[in-house]
Amino acid sequence: MTKLKTHMGRRAFIKNTSLASGGLVLGFSILNSCKSEQAKEMAVREMPKEWFEMNSYLKIGDNGVVTIYTPNPEFGQNIRTSMPMLVAEELDVDWKNVLVEQAPYHADKYGFQFTGGSRGISARWEPLRMAGATARQMLIAAAAETWQVPKEEVTAEAGVLQHAATKKSAGYGEMASVAATLTVPEEVQLKEVKDFKLVSRSQKNVDAKSIVTGRPLFGMDIQEEGMLIAMIEHPPAFGLTLKSVDGEAAKAMPGIKDVVTIKSFKDGYEKGGFDTNAFPELVAIVGNSTWEVMQAKKKLKVEWQPITAYSETIAGFGGKQTINIPAGLESTTTHKSKMEALAAKPGKVVRKDGNPEVAFKNATKILERSYSAPFLAHNNMEPLNAFAHVAGDKAKIAAPIQIPSFIIPTIASSLGIPKENIEMDLPRMGGGFGRKAYAHFVVEAALISQKVNAPIKLVYSREDDMTNGIYRPTYHATYRAAFDENNNLTALHVKAGGVPESPLFANRFPAGAIDNYMAEEWTIDSNISIGAFRAPRSNFMAGAEQAFLDEVAETMGKDAIQFRLDLLKRAKENPVGERNDYDADRYAGVLELVREKSAWKENDATKHRGVSAYFCHNSYAAHVLDLKMENGKPVVEKVVCAIDCGVVVNPDAATNMAEGAITDGIGNAFYGELTFQDGVPQKNNFHQYQMIRMKEAPKEIDVHFVQNKIDPTGMGEPPFPPVFGAVANALYKATGQRHYSQPFITKKEVVG
Amino acid sequence: MAIFNLNINGETKEVDVDPATPMLWVLRDHIKLVGTKYGCGIAQCGACTVHLGDNAVRSCQLPVSAVGEQKITTIEGLSEHGDHPVQKAWLEIDVPQCGYCQAGQIMSASALLKRNPNPSDEEIESAMNGNICRCGTYTRIKKAIKTAASSENV
Repeated sequence: MTKLKTHMGRRAFIKNTSLASGGLVLGFSILNSCKSEQAKEMAVREMPKEWFEMNSYLKIGDNGVVTIYTPNPEFGQNIRTSMPMLVAEELDVDWKNVLVEQAPYHADKYGFQFTGGSRGISARWEPLRMAGATARQMLIAAAAETWQVPKEEVTAEAGVLQHAATKKSAGYGEMASVAATLTVPEEVQLKEVKDFKLVSRSQKNVDAKSIVTGRPLFGMDIQEEGMLIAMIEHPPAFGLTLKSVDGEAAKAMPGIKDVVTIKSFKDGYEKGGFDTNAFPELVAIVGNSTWEVMQAKKKLKVEWQPITAYSETIAGFGGKQTINIPAGLESTTTHKSKMEALAAKPGKVVRKDGNPEVAFKNATKILERSYSAPFLAHNNMEPLNAFAHVAGDKAKIAAPIQIPSFIIPTIASSLGIPKENIEMDLPRMGGGFGRKAYAHFVVEAALISQKVNAPIKLVYSREDDMTNGIYRPTYHATYRAAFDENNNLTALHVKAGGVPESPLFANRFPAGAIDNYMAEEWTIDSNISIGAFRAPRSNFMAGAEQAFLDEVAETMGKDAIQFRLDLLKRAKENPVGERNDYDADRYAGVLELVREKSAWKENDATKHRGVSAYFCHNSYAAHVLDLKMENGKPVVEKVVCAIDCGVVVNPDAATNMAEGAITDGIGNAFYGELTFQDGVPQKNNFHQYQMIRMKEAPKEIDVHFVQNKIDPTGMGEPPFPPVFGAVANALYKATGQRHYSQPFITKKEVVG
Repeated sequence: MAIFNLNINGETKEVDVDPATPMLWVLRDHIKLVGTKYGCGIAQCGACTVHLGDNAVRSCQLPVSAVGEQKITTIEGLSEHGDHPVQKAWLEIDVPQCGYCQAGQIMSASALLKRNPNPSDEEIESAMNGNICRCGTYTRIKKAIKTAASSENV
């Protein structure tokens, strides 16, 4: 067994007797109406009379029912099931007796409540198991004390404590009141992977019943007494800001309470990396109902003016960074020509192995290809929204967001209240994909509530949501490969850039597998705001790299999978350079698994298949995608997928997420695109922005996981990036044409 | 403003609203049935799908004044205990990811099965093509519809 120090903060284990009978006191419970169906059913069946808080993650009722507080916000990755599973596994309790509650934002109790970067499970893997194991150990100690037997002789399994010699037995609920008074052990033993009874066995989504019966769950569903609806009007173009507003006509509309202006940041406020906001000065309109506010919004008379160029220092994940925001109204055509111009010039060399210049000079043959992809909007099904009630120096907020701790300082600064006075609940998000990591809309909701002195729910229309920014950037990459007279690959050169960010990962495969290698990058400043979008940067680089490698393999007359495996063999046995950030064995593992599961054959003329593999977020994913053309349209018949993300906590839920990532990737590869004309996004709703629909989704998806005992790594993002390469490579087989520029299908037929 | 008496999930509900107000907002803001979702407001995403009589309609494009005495069924009223065959199939296949679009998907699927208890793949795709799932659960949705179709009492 693994013995681990309980290094969770002591404060996480502070027991407060005043809480013992009432359970966790959350200050206010804005989501009372959003209690899960599961909780309702339990309430009828068997709610305990008394709860005993074991630590901030769990409390045990006198009848053995356990409530587990799931710390991270949920946006569809099903951590509200898989995180409590980790606690329940080590507590060793029957899953049927577990209730799941969403923890509110509380940094002292729950640490970094971050949903993003595919790090939820990996970051919580040890702490959540420790929370369960600690409570189990305390229950054992309580039984030993009560029965006056050595605690080494007490067993705890499936919610039952037993002492074999004296034949004593008690449910966890019976010992919870004693256990809750005991000292937290300094060391706990965690189970070995082989001893798991719950983890690695598929459990159903704890919220599924609520979802299929339409229970209130989402931020958008919040209804509070006296709550007003607010909407915002932001500039119609990037590069513009608010000049003046005449809200009289809007205010005269039925049901309208007020029209106000808000400023999202106090002057001189040092922004964090997730304070991104192209439109910090807004008009807000507040009224009784959403429809009335939507109608009145059309009557706003707003004057906008051009922004002036500025620089600002952002304190982001990687330290402080200065970014330049230019003035002007940008267009896609200009972006494209600027990107092509920079791609033709030397970039900033980020990595160089061997002597690529000489290798290219001496090459018998050079293959050069350029790839590009447009801006993308996240288009979560639930438009941005937040509830706020600011009264005096206190704020109650319900925020469907990915990183609550990062927006608290901004809310406190902008409202001018202490951050301790902000209470925040974390309702379920109707999608996130990175967009809801940027919580400017919560600041806006708080400021509007403060201004109108009422509880409000801020609702973005679909059009507001799609045109507000924080997009996946537009990118460009040029790959070159050098071959000698024997058609051997002698050098590889990648030069990548984007508006306004470079997508390059210089130390990823195939770096390390090629003697002469060079990676360069460049960027173009922009006033269009960008941010994380499922597997940032990887979601472009994987497609470009894997499409290029496909063409290199073809040039060399090699099988697409064997060629990649040969490179990985080289990277493993005799790696070039020391900074290669992938494990060649695990990389090869997913390729071998997908080769086996897809029954891949060399030179298979019966199918139009594309293969692609990628590493990101510490996990490995490979796809084989089969495609055929029907009436000039590609139809994805089947995708076989292999993933190595270490231990899979909830296999069916992870499979669901991989299926989603594959469908999402196909949709964006085929159709995803946002363009600009004079700063104006050229699409504002789904009649213009084509999303993948059921007809275009793969007919079959077959997901396989590499079985190992490695601590879990990322899962939400890794299967997404390689889809773009698999689509490009299969499309080539089906059409004979290589596709270099996303979206691959430009003539759109949008259905409603 | 005008008063409307609506038949929603078998109950009569009185609302006093602008006659142009779409049923989506009447349901969500006035009757406090928030299972019906706002996704696009222009009948392109299907998140707001309800039944008008036996037909699946986009409630964002259905003015309250056009409803009259026709019965409206929302996700909350699809079954008494959340045990409509389509809901049960959704649970069995564990379809949802974020879940935001699923009420609309279920309302489209249940209307399809009512008029066509044994739909082909193509018929499922056509009936469901107006419902976007950003998380990409389409393969599971299709599977759940087939599961529901093969169960009794659709």
